[in-house]
Amino acid sequence: MSASAHASRGAVVAAPRRQRRARTGLAAVLVAVVASLLAYALQAMGLTGERPDNLVAYGIVFGGSSVAGWLAIRYTAREADPVLYPTAVMLGGLGMAMLFRIMTANGAQEVARYQAVWLAIGLGAMVVTLLAVRDIRQLDAYTYTIGLAGVILLLLPVVPGIGRQINGARLWVKLGFLSFQPAELGRILIVIFLASYLSQRRELLTAGVGRLGLPRPKDLGPLILAWGASLAVLFLERDMGASLLLFGVFVVMMWVATGRWSYLILGLILFAVGAFIGYLAFSHVQVRVDAWLHAMDPTLVADEGYQLSQGWFALASGGMVGTGLGLGSPTLIPYVGSDFILAAFGEELGMLGVAAVLLLYLVLVGRGLRIAVERHDGFEKLLAVGLTTVLGLQVFVIAAGVFRLIPLTGVPLPLVSYGGTSRVATAVILALLLRTSSGPWFPALRRKRGATDVPTEVRA
Amino acid sequence: MDRQIRRLGIAFVALFAVLFAQVAYVQVVAADRIAAQPANAAREIRAEYAVERGQILAFDRRTVLAESIPNPDATSEYTFIREYPHGELYGQLTGYYSRIYGRSALEQAMNPYLAGTAPEFTTQNLTDIILGRPKKGGTVLTTLVPRVQLAAQRAMGDLQGAVVAIDPRTGNILAMYSNPGYDPQPLSTGTNQEIEAAWRDVTSDPGTPLVSHAFQDLYLPGSTFKLITASAALEHGWGPQKEWPNPHRLDLPGTTANIENFGDEYCRGGAKTVTMAEAFQSSCNVPFAEIGVALGAERMSGQAQAYGFCQTQPTFSIACEDDTIPFDLPWQVGHFPEASYFDNNTAALARSSIGLDNDLTNPLHLALIAATIGNGGTMMQPRLVTEIRDATTGQTIKTFQTEEYSKPLSANAAAELRLMMVSVVSGGTGTAAQISGVVVAGKTGTATNGKDTPPNAWFTSFAPAGSGETPRIAVAVIVLDGGSMGNEATGGHVAAPIAKLVMEAYL
Repeated sequence: MSASAHASRGAVVAAPRRQRRARTGLAAVLVAVVASLLAYALQAMGLTGERPDNLVAYGIVFGGSSVAGWLAIRYTAREADPVLYPTAVMLGGLGMAMLFRIMTANGAQEVARYQAVWLAIGLGAMVVTLLAVRDIRQLDAYTYTIGLAGVILLLLPVVPGIGRQINGARLWVKLGFLSFQPAELGRILIVIFLASYLSQRRELLTAGVGRLGLPRPKDLGPLILAWGASLAVLFLERDMGASLLLFGVFVVMMWVATGRWSYLILGLILFAVGAFIGYLAFSHVQVRVDAWLHAMDPTLVADEGYQLSQGWFALASGGMVGTGLGLGSPTLIPYVGSDFILAAFGEELGMLGVAAVLLLYLVLVGRGLRIAVERHDGFEKLLAVGLTTVLGLQVFVIAAGVFRLIPLTGVPLPLVSYGGTSRVATAVILALLLRTSSGPWFPALRRKRGATDVPTEVRA
Repeated sequence: MDRQIRRLGIAFVALFAVLFAQVAYVQVVAADRIAAQPANAAREIRAEYAVERGQILAFDRRTVLAESIPNPDATSEYTFIREYPHGELYGQLTGYYSRIYGRSALEQAMNPYLAGTAPEFTTQNLTDIILGRPKKGGTVLTTLVPRVQLAAQRAMGDLQGAVVAIDPRTGNILAMYSNPGYDPQPLSTGTNQEIEAAWRDVTSDPGTPLVSHAFQDLYLPGSTFKLITASAALEHGWGPQKEWPNPHRLDLPGTTANIENFGDEYCRGGAKTVTMAEAFQSSCNVPFAEIGVALGAERMSGQAQAYGFCQTQPTFSIACEDDTIPFDLPWQVGHFPEASYFDNNTAALARSSIGLDNDLTNPLHLALIAATIGNGGTMMQPRLVTEIRDATTGQTIKTFQTEEYSKPLSANAAAELRLMMVSVVSGGTGTAAQISGVVVAGKTGTATNGKDTPPNAWFTSFAPAGSGETPRIAVAVIVLDGGSMGNEATGGHVAAPIAKLVMEAYL
């Protein structure tokens, strides 16, 4: 701290705090960039024994765009949480290094390059979201429009002609050359809708009417619609993972909004019923449950249990500190770049590496919930909770699936594993969290008077 | 709402704690048990290929028989590939190192050292981890002398068979070559399809190149077995000059068959009696059958056992359960029936005494016998590996000492037998092995090989064998199916010249 900063402490508290935040934020971004580049260099050296010849170019592009993203946040969301973005850069960079390692070994390095492009597109989506949503409460004004758009996006893959079924689940939409999973983005819209709707009707839902204390059916209607959408995802698209996420977020937001345990318990019961019906209805669910329970069984280890058992073997071979990047054999695991990238980390960076990656996500979750606590507006609180829960639950569902704690559902590991739509969706979630934490942005006002003078509580 | 949000935070911490606990269980607590599952073999093999496997070097410590080099295909899962610069020449000794078909020969026998997993490497591996050095396997130093091995290959030429050369003083294998051999390279590197194709080639070859004639198969020894019969006689006190009746043929009691001399000739022109030395020089069957029968089953069997022959109930197919002579590679020692087999079967004893019944041997075992005689009656264990060295520091990690196996002959008997062998080369059946300026001791053998195939030709020898000289090389040669001479083949004509070239290369 310079002397002048000390001198000005009493007079203007906000300015030096903001500067300090900015500096540590940039330092954290640079640390994340260096760690990512180190991982990128190490995986290539592990694979080939030589420093990658494009390290400088990769470093300039990755480092440059990471710093550019930070500058964009500095400009559009000055008061934003300083931890979220560097953590995301770290996860994205580590994931990129691992994807290059996996795809190089598979002789498909261009796949990793496409993912790097998608990471950059995600960065762009973050900036665009920050520019477009200048005040997070704008979103509160379009409750039903957003809700409807979310449901449509969720159900888009079912539409004949544009839906595509891959690996037993119908999650893909193909429009011309572009194919994507609209559910990833639909989920975010559903969360915005729920935050908006629940913040408006909290009291009604909490208090309830009648002898049973149940809310009026009129208030419950849209919620039942959202619940129906998640069931539709399960039964029409056969996507257990997405359905589980949607339902989990739905229950958690209901509970947080109302503080009533009955919603949580009711939600769990409904989920159990849905899961059981899903198990009975779909053979591919039965196969997955069977593989989960008996992956190491000699009769399944080379067939249905192959992916899970290979994942376990990778983790077990990695041990405490791992084989070193590029020195293990994670490519023995089918779909290691998408479903099982955490097992690749486990094999090559060991238990400590996996713990580090999971801790980074826990940091994201912690910061997200902290934003929720710090905001005063109900919509903002619920939105931060919902977005954070989507992210945290998604990490838990795929990690627990890989570790064989629950049946495997193929959801991507946010920011790290293969998946273009997932990268964009996670970037949008981060942008919305950043926007929520920083408060509204009024460039015109700021030029005259400075951002902190803008009133933060516009809503009555 | 804030209360719920804080509770939600605790719930997430709890969920992640469960993840951490499970990771710790899979990666640390149960890791060894899980990783050791047979279904994880593919990963183990790749891990093995990630280590720079040690070199296998010749005795000169320069000639590389096998080494690992970085895979030129940087994208391959296998960081290193195995190279065999001399291909087929040492193929059966280095063995192959195949990710599909496993390992053989030295690659298998020395694997803990080559891979650096032997307990002797623990300190070194720890140092490597601390210094961040890549783990390297140990270097295996062998006893093989390239010029002798090369001479063996050249001398065999196109003939099928095998040569073994041993240093009688140490048991060091100087050369061991069998034709046809195989190049381990295509079995050890390439795509899975290439390796599988190479395997099909080598396993479908009628010459069975994966099996060395030198030490992995057994053959009737023929007249070379007279070394054992003579040894038993000398040990019994029947000297070289003892006279034996010399009929044209020997009636075998209890059978209609006779023992005949080679080519049904009269031994030594049909003299009434011959000495054992004379019969040995001219390789007469009749007197040696008499000697064997006169010695009796106990002494014959006992002498064979002293030379390391495995005592079997004589069914060829029964594998010898307790291999007698230790060797660095799995091998077949010679077989000789136990004494009880000859009860009421004198005919078998007579035939066995001239190496034509249920006795079996191979060039390695025969070379050991010649080496024993050259070494004054003491048999040294055959040795192919002398030491293991650390690839980085050059430190010796393990030495394999020379060791005596047995003393099947007294020094006197060995000296007498040596003189008898010298006479074979100087003026008997083995003159083709003469080397100018060097006294060579040898013994020929020609063993029938089934009715319709030409005989196998044998020769075993050691040199220098002059009085007061210490023999430095002992050789045994087998040429299968008569070699280039077909039915006319004899050990003296076909095998002895090969032994001569190999000895010359070393002396």
